[in-house]
Amino acid sequence: MIRLPEPKAATLAKRDAIIAGLRRILRDSGVIAEAARLKPYEMDGLTAFRQPPLAVALPETTEQLAAVLRFLNQEGVRVIPRGAGTSLSGGALPLADGVVIGMMRMNRILEIDYDDRFAVVQAGVTNLGITAAMQSDGFFYAPDPSSQLACMIGGNVAMNSGGAHCLKYGVTANNLLGLKIVTIEGEILDIGGMHLDAAGYDWLGLLTGSEGQLAMVSEVTVRILRAAEGQRAMLAAFRSNEIAGACVDRIIGSGIIPVALEFMDRPAIHACEDFAHAGYPLDAEALLIIEVEGSVAEQDELLGRIRAMCDEFDPISCRVSQSAEESAAIWKGRKGAFGAVGRISPDYLCMDGTIPTGQLPLVLRRIGEMSDHYRLKVANIFHAGDGNLHPLIMFDANDADSFHRAEAFGADILCLCVEVGGCLTGEHGVGVEKRDLMHRQFTEIELDQQRAIKSAFDPDWLLNPAKVFPLVAA
Amino acid sequence: MIAMAERSDIAAADEAELAVLVAQAATDRRPLLVQGFGSKSGMLRPVQADATISTRRLSGVTLYSPRELVISALAGTPLDEIEAVLRQSGQQLTAEPPDLSGLLGSDAGQSWGGMVAGNLSGPRRIAWGATRDHVMGIRVINGRGEVIRSGGRVLKNVTGLDLCKLLAGSQGTLGIMTEITLKVLPAPATTGAIIIRGLDANQGVSALSAALGSPFGVSGAAFLPSWAAETIPALGSQSVTIIRIEDFPHSVAYRLDQLSGVLARFGRAETLDDLTSRAVWKAIRDVTPLRPGASEAVWHLSTRPSHGPQLLALIEAAGARGIMDWGGGRIWAAGPGTEAVHGTVMRAVRDLGGHFTLMRAPDSLRTAVPVVPEEAPALAALTRRVKAAMDPAGIFNPGRLYAGL
Repeated sequence: MIRLPEPKAATLAKRDAIIAGLRRILRDSGVIAEAARLKPYEMDGLTAFRQPPLAVALPETTEQLAAVLRFLNQEGVRVIPRGAGTSLSGGALPLADGVVIGMMRMNRILEIDYDDRFAVVQAGVTNLGITAAMQSDGFFYAPDPSSQLACMIGGNVAMNSGGAHCLKYGVTANNLLGLKIVTIEGEILDIGGMHLDAAGYDWLGLLTGSEGQLAMVSEVTVRILRAAEGQRAMLAAFRSNEIAGACVDRIIGSGIIPVALEFMDRPAIHACEDFAHAGYPLDAEALLIIEVEGSVAEQDELLGRIRAMCDEFDPISCRVSQSAEESAAIWKGRKGAFGAVGRISPDYLCMDGTIPTGQLPLVLRRIGEMSDHYRLKVANIFHAGDGNLHPLIMFDANDADSFHRAEAFGADILCLCVEVGGCLTGEHGVGVEKRDLMHRQFTEIELDQQRAIKSAFDPDWLLNPAKVFPLVAA
Repeated sequence: MIAMAERSDIAAADEAELAVLVAQAATDRRPLLVQGFGSKSGMLRPVQADATISTRRLSGVTLYSPRELVISALAGTPLDEIEAVLRQSGQQLTAEPPDLSGLLGSDAGQSWGGMVAGNLSGPRRIAWGATRDHVMGIRVINGRGEVIRSGGRVLKNVTGLDLCKLLAGSQGTLGIMTEITLKVLPAPATTGAIIIRGLDANQGVSALSAALGSPFGVSGAAFLPSWAAETIPALGSQSVTIIRIEDFPHSVAYRLDQLSGVLARFGRAETLDDLTSRAVWKAIRDVTPLRPGASEAVWHLSTRPSHGPQLLALIEAAGARGIMDWGGGRIWAAGPGTEAVHGTVMRAVRDLGGHFTLMRAPDSLRTAVPVVPEEAPALAALTRRVKAAMDPAGIFNPGRLYAGL
């Protein structure tokens, strides 16, 4: 079990006064304090860990959020920001003496401007909700994490979420223009705006991916893009991970940047095919999903060239989608991968390291050896264009030994990612899950530098404590 | 001119020596002017320091893996050298960093570290991101003389706070970057452009918005008033609204044709071929039409694209001139280097929303005025606290961004 800081006795002792204070700001409807109603907030997407919070506050305006933070700061109460609670790293895991501030009631789209290509949305708008509001006009918001139906833009900013199309369109940090944030002191600050690249320090860049350590986000101004004329996918199946990896190198080296370039290993192919019936070849060791954009003629030209390159690597099969429906089926398998693995294993841990793309064959071989060692199955899904690897480790939560082996297996994989020149987390965040591995990537001096910046925003460490940074002995 | 007392000039041989020098300066509380080759020393406020510390001897590409789209180099590597290395593998710096030597009146050349510390980006920024968007990892010496790494050499990385973005664009005020890793991309096979002549600034930006709102992947969108177009041989004597496509040859031809249709309501579109397009966009990237005089000031303005024409009109009324890039959202401007004109620029940016940077001005002006907008009090407090977290003794480039910091 993950170690959480000792609850502050003084906070627990004045629980009733804290709840009363929150109710003065938010009325009764905006505060949850009853044990049964706190239950949904006791965990996030990292379901192995649970901890009911002291209370939940649900502001409806930036001013209310500021008042809540000002009050909690005065009272010295710890704060856990929460969007949809889809974090896979425990970023929204509560503390017994902490108040969860849920942003789901701030769910309005405030402005969409096609001439200047931005949208202003509140933090509780879902990722897909942004695109849905503009899709009929041909525009979209680019980052597309797998949880995009549920996850909220405020959480995307906190975690710097990615997705399958980052190779071309970048991650959250590359698609923002401005933020409205509230500091722990309750100050409302506007960062950036409707223009690009302000001089001065890059607050937008520092806040994005800061996992709720620096401030809370109440509004986000996102860059929106006009969608390409169309897109189409193809599948290429290979006899080994090495061969598929070499083919990825060949495509990138040719000067073509596909909008998506996804890799699945044999266990992932089988799990997804059983689930989605997308026509994935079951005799393949490795499968690439490659997507390109443009007019039909442009798609034909690019896919023709990519197909010719795949053919250099003796593929088992190569299938270029002939229709939007066929492309959708190809993606259905990939996007349903987590659910598919969930069908064949009672529980799984979804890991999230990044490696230099050239290290893929070595890393997969080592993961295979670890899988034998820990006696646990693993399926690997890989954003081959950007090096982001998602091993899904299958275990049984009812078997404590199996869970502990899964945790150790996961930690070994992440350390391997660091060892080959990559990092602990590509898009899920450190949260509580990888907090104690931070020493593997950073020196104590480096962690202290990051802590000093955290202290500059949050001197008393009330914002989302016990995440990101290893706990310091009291 | 009064000759300034010679600053002592330190160029450490390597990162370790640099760290020792910084630690000593911190102990002595001796302020340092941090620079690569000094090409941007005329930007922003003059630095109050009696020693210059330079990264120019930290030179060389340390990692280049074209298949992984990644390049690392020491901070003092000349940018030209890196671009030549990339060219050999058919790749390029995605953000299209400008060569501002003409604009800034310096022939010192640009260093890798200086490009990142200034977060300089060119016309392609609007489609493919700024220099800061492509920084994957840094090594930086903080104000205690400690070597700090952030990021790494992979594209997707959310491990810990993103100090790469904090340092990119920090103008040497938070730390001295010693090595920087960037994501690079294949250079496009072909480029092409369409131009429409004779539009006014409002019509021009409307045309640029229509192009950027089309599905054709525009990677450059600029407006040059007639006086600016005249300075570029291929363009002639009328204003030019110009839109770029970069891709494989068939795609460029197809997309330019489609765009001509989209923009037909604004006027007749003419096509520029690959070579002409490259030459014109290089001129726009490097802001060559502006040709500032010695006593003039140069501003970089960023605003909401549709507010660009109004911002341009306001500064023109004060006697300045400017060209628009980024679909109208960026204005490079030059005009009399006086407090009155600078005051007009500051007010116009404040009223219309956006940002200004004083890129070049007589020392008397850049000492006397804010060179970037002053931050709201709570944000200014954060700036001071973050500066103190990185550089507690306040030794790096004091006063460069904000007076007294």
